[in-house]
Parts: sequence; structure tokens; C-alpha cells
Amino acid sequence: MPVMTYRDALRAAMAEEMERDEQVVLLGEDIGVYGGTHLVTNGLIDQFGPRRVIDTPISENGFTGAAIGMAMAGMRPIVEMMTWNFSFQAADQIIQNAAKIHYFSGGQVHVPLVIRGPNGGGVQLSAQHTHSLEGFYGHFPGLKVVSPVTPEDVKGMMLASIRDPDPVIFLEAGALYGTKGDVPEGDYTVEFGKARIAREGSDVTLVAYGRQVNMLLRVADDLDKEGVQAEVIDLRSIRPFDTETIITSVKKTNRAVVVQEQWRWFSVASEVAALIQEHAFDYLDAPVERVSGAEVPAPYARNLEVAGFPSEEQILEAVRRVLYQESR
Amino acid sequence: MAEVIMPKMGDAMEEGTLLKWLKSPGDEVAEGDPIAEIETDKVTLEIEASESGYLTNTLVEEGAIVPIGTAVATIGAQDEVGQAPAAAAPVAEPDEAPAAEPAATAAEPVAAAATNGASAPAAVQAAPPEPVVRADGERLRASPLVKRLATEHNIDLNQVAGTGPGGRIVKADIAVYVSGEKPAPQAAEAPKTAPSKAEAAAPATGTVVEMSRMKQRTGERMAEAKRDIPHFYVSTSVDMTAAMAFRTDTNAALGEDGGKISVNDLVIKAAALALRDNPTINRSYVNDQLLQHDSIDVNMAVAVDGGLIAPFIPNADQKSLGAISKLAKDLGRRAREGGLKPEEYQGGTFTISNLGMFDVDEFVAVINPPQAAILAVASVRETPVVRDGEIGVGQLMQLTLAADHRALDGAEVAVYLQSVKRYLENPMLLAIS
Amino acid sequence: MATTKRTARRGKTGNDAGTDSRKEPQVQLETEELISLYQKMVEIRLFEDACQRGFRQGKIGGYLHLYIGQEAVATGFLESHRSGDRIITAYRDHAHALLLGATPRQIMAELYGKGTGLVKGKGGSMHLFDAENDFYGGYGIVGGHIPLGVGMAFAAAYNKEDSIVQLYLGDGAINNGAFHEAANLSGLWGQDGLNPCLWILENNQYGMGTSVERATANTNLASKFDAYGIEHEQVDGMDVVAVIESARRASERVRESGTPFAVEALTYRIVPHGAADFLERYRTKEEVKKWRERDPIGLLEQRLEDAGVEEIAIAKIREEKQDIVADAVKFAEESPVPELSELTTDVYASEMHVADAG
Repeated sequence: MPVMTYRDALRAAMAEEMERDEQVVLLGEDIGVYGGTHLVTNGLIDQFGPRRVIDTPISENGFTGAAIGMAMAGMRPIVEMMTWNFSFQAADQIIQNAAKIHYFSGGQVHVPLVIRGPNGGGVQLSAQHTHSLEGFYGHFPGLKVVSPVTPEDVKGMMLASIRDPDPVIFLEAGALYGTKGDVPEGDYTVEFGKARIAREGSDVTLVAYGRQVNMLLRVADDLDKEGVQAEVIDLRSIRPFDTETIITSVKKTNRAVVVQEQWRWFSVASEVAALIQEHAFDYLDAPVERVSGAEVPAPYARNLEVAGFPSEEQILEAVRRVLYQESR
Repeated sequence: MAEVIMPKMGDAMEEGTLLKWLKSPGDEVAEGDPIAEIETDKVTLEIEASESGYLTNTLVEEGAIVPIGTAVATIGAQDEVGQAPAAAAPVAEPDEAPAAEPAATAAEPVAAAATNGASAPAAVQAAPPEPVVRADGERLRASPLVKRLATEHNIDLNQVAGTGPGGRIVKADIAVYVSGEKPAPQAAEAPKTAPSKAEAAAPATGTVVEMSRMKQRTGERMAEAKRDIPHFYVSTSVDMTAAMAFRTDTNAALGEDGGKISVNDLVIKAAALALRDNPTINRSYVNDQLLQHDSIDVNMAVAVDGGLIAPFIPNADQKSLGAISKLAKDLGRRAREGGLKPEEYQGGTFTISNLGMFDVDEFVAVINPPQAAILAVASVRETPVVRDGEIGVGQLMQLTLAADHRALDGAEVAVYLQSVKRYLENPMLLAIS
Repeated sequence: MATTKRTARRGKTGNDAGTDSRKEPQVQLETEELISLYQKMVEIRLFEDACQRGFRQGKIGGYLHLYIGQEAVATGFLESHRSGDRIITAYRDHAHALLLGATPRQIMAELYGKGTGLVKGKGGSMHLFDAENDFYGGYGIVGGHIPLGVGMAFAAAYNKEDSIVQLYLGDGAINNGAFHEAANLSGLWGQDGLNPCLWILENNQYGMGTSVERATANTNLASKFDAYGIEHEQVDGMDVVAVIESARRASERVRESGTPFAVEALTYRIVPHGAADFLERYRTKEEVKKWRERDPIGLLEQRLEDAGVEEIAIAKIREEKQDIVADAVKFAEESPVPELSELTTDVYASEMHVADAG
């Protein structure tokens, strides 16, 4: 299999689908001439022209709403949020229109729209530019929310997203645009609602999505040296959600730690913990642990920022607690 | 006649108060004329006549709280004044019901008004939850997984120490029982039913007597034994004439400071020797298996304050009558004084329950699990006996052996009782064996 | 193409009854056409009256916003509607749905929350949709639908459909950010012929209870489009013939050029904002009375009389429409409520069921 970066896999998916389907267009700030703030759309304007790679003014509500209108009229627009932090400007469009029109139109109209962009923090962008919004958008029925972490998944899920008849919130691991991985050749999609077992293990289930999956794999290596076999689950999709894979794993390991960069309150990890107690109560040997971001707006100073995000040490501590091991 | 209804004046308005009538029945009204003042949760305003004519009836009193959509007045022709409207009651008509269905908020208050202002229907009372009572009053902490495994493998978690936070029993704590490496501590029958039974059976009058921990535990064990063990009973009469004479002679020979041999001591020795002759009786029934004991350790049930305890005489078959007598007295005394060590009552292979000192004809005892049998000993009585074809006076004693039918059969038990009887009727054997 | 561009600053909009924009239209309509317009407008009026009664009786829930007084605007603009032109508006939407072909029965059943409703009882008054007849809703958030209209216009041009979008908005939406962002995109994309969007600003003088002059310093609302390079005009929104004249001209222009154009229709909401707005502290009875004199239905009746239509014929139309509305109410009353299984359908267009969320 060819090796590609996360960024190139993303671009390849969009470009290939634009070749196949003329109804696919891109909208966003500086995605054309500039090449994209994160170079995800670099070169596409040369390939497809400004009619299909549309540089918009800085007006998220306007162009996101317009993209919804395009989708309602039969097109398949892909909106780039330069970062998801700006999506609050468009929240009325995403939540009040995209998510609900199919329902309140009694099924007459649907919205095949993808909104994509980097999600999460980690590079000292401080309070207004650091959010992980999977819990926020995952809250709304009518939206689909995905968060792939491997180049293979990012391409397959982008293709699935563009072809999906419903609005998809595509949360990219911004910090991983440059990471490389195998990407299958040819046209393929990765189905929504199927978690990926990133590593098999028997002693504890570690659950995450996005960037934190890689963190868990490193923690699992450390645990391996101590003789603990951790199973790592990459959720990939927040809505729809793969309850079964998690429950099957927890029934095997009897313990779970859920890790996320976002705030803990009303979050994905809370949902996972609730699902485990609903479906695997009699299999639990320890309470489900959540490792989350600190309950503060993101700080600027590097040491504070690091302290505010889940660390491998925090995850290891949580694993030891669910294993009833002595803390080190 | 046309109805004037309590109008809905706000999105969330469900009812309004009719403050004041501005028109009376018989008054001529034009469409749009105010006919009443109403008050909503937000504002006071006027209801207007829905058409022109005469106010024929007012259907609610001033001050009444009226659900929206309910008729409050009727307007009609002059000759209709005072006539009852088609629907006499100032409530929604049944034919409104289907339309009102989606607007449940409107329909329900109407229904409530129809039942003469009765408040909301009585809530369905939830059955009170079953109280969960732990014997020692302390919450047992165990992970959900452990609780499930304990049920599946019949492990008594009360007997398992927890190593998790706050003493939580975790998977590792019971792993050896689940894997079968160690036999699981058996669930002393869950005490949770006992209190509720006591509660249920408690008479209307009387006082609840506090049960000692010992009595509770004895009760639990006995209840379990009587429920789980298929008891059967075999009795025999022993002629104790010779034994009583032997006892008298021996005690006389021992003198004042030698201690006295009791009937109980004789029975213990006889039972122990008979066990040696009939080892199948000296067994326990554990986990669907028979355990043949290597030693003959005879427990003697002792009534003490607050319960029953059964210390045992180890290797009773090998001890002299004197040694048995001495040890039995010591154990009995210390049992009553509460000075027994656990190793003196935890264990034993066969139990004797002797009520001979209380003048009883006969009785049956409940097996002391997991032992296979228990011997009940009644009083020695002067009774007419037939010896060599002649009636004489004998000193008879009833023995009844209760046995676990899973471990023993009637014939073995009968043979064993014959053996006990032989020893007691030939007391010299007790002295020399 | 030459356009009439009126940018004169108006005085107190609430009291001028749209006089600045009033001018006898040049368009000549046949009597048959006038009768047809009258039938439509009377149907809307009687329908809205029936809605008000249903609300007072507690049979219509939620919010209810009536079009009484504004009938000439949608009736006049939709006279120019060609099949394929997409129509989108906010929550005062009953008239638009009726004019595009949804039946009074379907709409009344929707308001009554019935399974036979236009959107199966899932949207209610604010979310009427009739995609088959080009009606794309029905939205409840002021200003929120405006970018959608601009996007649909882009799609129409992108796919060379030769269709346009009629994008209705109220004066209350003009101060909302979504309006300005969307108008900016519309003007921008229109430069490349990618935005055949006819903006129809229904200035009924009040955003809920706040009059235009209490909401913006520049009360010439049409002039707001200047900021985005969108040409515009004003029209007397109480005179359906004047509206038709403007609508025909504007539609043609937008269709041919692919560029947006805006028309501010000066109109008046004779009834309260919503059925729950009964105090009307924000306006005087005299003001309402003054506008009632220019009731669009009254004005059209005058034109019919001028054209020689007898009063008895006009009365007959009213009766016929009254019967149609009564039939719609009866239908709504008798219709079954939605199946409970409908609760969880139409959340996703794909096979995904709501339960898959977790």
C-alpha cells in the first residue's frame, strides 16, 4: 500500500470525488488561491477552478448557510472551517438548519453537506482557538459526527461523508496532518458507526478518538512492559456510535479508561461511561475512568497548556486505578 | 346559540380566570363588545362577543378558573335568553375530544373540571422497594463483576476479604474460587430473607426480642441444614442398667477428688468407639462429595446464654473415659462462660445432643452440617423390660440418630446404633477399649 | 437593463402607509386575472382567520404568525413563479405554501398537528415545506434562512437550471448578521452570474413589536442592499397590481442576469405579530385603522368594481372560499394524529436510525 500523510489522504479523497461528481464543490476561507491555511486544499483551485473551489469572505454563518442551501438544491458542498473554533459563528446554520431541515420538512428535503476542519488544540493557540467539539456537535440529532485518526480512515471516511445524504461534521486531528500511514489504492469508504480495534488486549479497554488514539497506543506499549495487555479502541465515529465494540471489549477486560481532549462535563467520555454501565454493568471490576481536559479555557503558556490536556502519565494512573495497582 | 369560549391568549396559556362579567344574560351585545374581564398568567383583558345578539347565558361564576376553549357564555336570539344551551355543562363537549387530542394540555384541564374540580388523578403508587439488609449491618462492597461471578459460582462474599478501594472485593480476590483452585466459601444462607420473615410473622402485639449474633448464625445454619439435608431418623432403646451400675461403681472407686463419670461421658465414648467400628458414619457431605474423616472428633452440643455451641473432643475414640470426662466438663464450663477458643468448636466429625438431664422421653436433632449424622440422647428412665422372658424393671434410654440420606442409608445407621447400644449395655468395653 | 432605483429616505415608516412608493402601476391586467388574484388573497385571509380561531380554541399549538394585511406581497410575487423557481421564507409562511399549491387541508392539518399535515405534523406553522411545488420552507429563526436562499440560487446557476430563488425576509431580519453575510455573498457571486436571487423584503413596519425606526438609523431598508452591490427598488406592498408589475420585471431581470435584485415591499401586518401578541402596546389603534383603509383585499375589491365586477360575484367568491376553509378545518379536525412511529423517522435521510446514535 502507498504511504501518505493525513493531509494528502484528505486532499486525495476530495479531489477524487470532485473528479467523479461535479456536484461536489469546496467552500471556505483561503482554500483556493492561498492553498488552505493547513494546505489541505493546496493545488485544488488549479485543478478544478474557482467555480468549484470557492474562496469565501470571512463569514462562516453566510457561507455555511449558503452551502446548506446548495445541498438542499442537489449539490454536495464541502465546507472548510479554517478551524472548528470558527464554527460557533455558523452554529445557527449547522444546528438550526442543517441538522433539522430533513425532520421538520417531514422528510421532503435533505442536506448532503460535509463540514470539515482541524479540531482540538495543542500548539499554544489559547482560549478562543482551542476546542474539541465532538461532544458539542455529537449532541444534536440530525448531524453525523466523525473523527478519524489514520490516513487510511481519513480518506475512506471523507469519501463516505461526501456520499452521505446527511450533514457530516468531519473533525480532523489538526496536529496529525503531517503523520504518515498506509492508504489503500482505489476507491473505498469506511463505514460510519464502526469503531476500530487499534490494538488487542485482555486486561483493560482504552477508548479514544482522534489524536488521543495515538497516545493510547503509546500507553499500551508501556503497559505491555509491565505485563498488562491493553485493548485500544478508536471510536472513529461519534454519531452514529459503535456501542457493541466497546461492550464486547469491556466484557472481556472488565475495565475501561476513556480518554478525550475535550472537557469532561457532558462529553463523549461521559457517554461512553454511561453506555458501559448500562450494557456491561455485571462485567465491571472497577469504575470506568475518564481522562479529560482541565475544566478551564485553554491557557497560552506551554506548561499550562500541557498540564491542561490529558497526558500519558494521567492515563497510566487511571489504568492503574482500574487495575487496582499501586500508584507509582 | 353561539358559545363564547375562554380564549387562548398566549402560546403557553392553558387556563384563565373569569374576573368579572361586563354583561348579564338578557343584555344585547354586538360583535366585538367586551362581555367579560379575564385574567391570564400575564395580563388582564376583555373577552369580546363572538357575534351579535343577546347574551343568553353565563356559564361560569366570577372568579372561576376556566381551561382555554371552554364555553363561558352563550349568545343567541332574544327568546333564547335563560334557556339552557344544548350542552348544559360548562365544559368541553365529548365531540371535541378527538380534535383536542394533540392539544393534550387543553384537553386535560377540561377533563379535570368535568370531575367537579377534582385534582390530578391519583398517582400510581410504586411498590416500596424490598429492603436489603446485611447481617452485620456493614455494606458489602464488591464490583458488579464480582457480584455476578459470586452468584454463578456460589461464593459467599461475606467470607471474602476485599483488597480494592474501601475494601471492595474485586475480581482478583475471588479468582482462586472461580478457577476452582480453592473450594468456594459457601454462602451461609443469605440472611436477607430472615428479617423480612420475622417482620411478616410478627404478631400484632408483643415485643421483638433481639437475637444474638450467635443465635442468628445458629438459626441460619439450622434452617439451611433442615432445608438442604434430607434427614432420616433411626431410634433404639438402650438398657442402661449395667451402665448405671458401672458408673456408680467407678465413681465410688474414683473417690471425691477423682471427678465423676457422667452418663454423657459414657455416651461419648460409646459413640466414638462405634464410629471406629463403623467409619462410614464418620463422614461429612461437602460440595456434593463425601469426606471420610481421619479422626473421630465428637462434638457435644452445649446450651449457653444466647444460643447453642458444640465444642468437640478430639480423637474421642482414643481417649480414656476419665480423659473424656475431664475434657467434656472443661469444655462445657468454658462454653457457658464464653471461654472457648475457635479451634475447640470449629470442626468435629460427629455430634451428640444430650437432653437427658431434662427428663425427655425422646427427641430428634437437626444435623450439624456438614457432618453426616447427629445422635440425640434422651433421659434414662426406669421402665418395665422383658429379660429372658420375664418382666423386670430396666433403666432405658432412647437414642435417635438423625442422618443425611445423601451420605448414609438406613441399614448403616441401624448397624451403627446397634454398635452404640452394645457398648453401653456392656460398659466394661468402654473401660477397656 | 434599466431599473428604478429609489433611495429616498422615508419619514416615520409606521405612519406613512407606504405613500412614498405609491404610484399607479402601468401593468394592465385582465378582469379574469384580477378575479384570480382576488380568489387567492381571499383564500389566504379566510384561512388565516380560521387559524386564529383554531388557536383561540387551543386546537393549534405553538407559535402562530398570520399574514393578514400582507396578502398582496406573496400573491403578487408568486404570480411570477415559474416551475423550478425555489421559494424560501421565514415563519409567516402559510400564504406562500397556499399560493404554491399546497392545499388548505394539508396546511390546516399541519397546524392541527395531524398526520395528514403538509409535513406530517413534524413542523407546524413555522415549518411548512412543499418541495414538489418548489416551496423550501418555513424557518423559525429570524434571518437564519437567508443564507440558504443564496446557496440555492448559487446551485441553480451552477447547474444552469434557468430557475431563480425568491428569497423572502422581513424587516426584522435586516439587522441580523446572517442577512449581511448572505447579501454580501449574493452580491459577490452575482458578479459571476452565480446568484439568481430575488430578494423580497416584506417590510411590515415591525420586527415583532419594534418598529423599523426603533431598530435602525437608516430606515430606508432597500438601501441596505447598496452595501453589497445589489440593486433594488421599493413597491407598494398593499396593491397587488403594483406588486405584480415589480415582480414580473425583477424576476425577469434576475433570471436573465444571474445576479440578485432586491424589492422592498411596503406593507403592514394588520393583525398582531403572533396570536399571543394581544396588547399591541407598540402601536396605536389609529395607526392600524389607517392601514386598514389600505387593506390589500379592499384595494383589490375596488379594482374589481372599477372593472365592472358585480358585488354579488365578489360575495360569491368569498362564500366559495369560506366553504373551502371550513372544509379544511373539518378535515384537520377529523384527521388522525401522526403515528407514534413517526417520532423517530426523518431524522436522517440515510438508513441510520436515531437509536444508532448510542
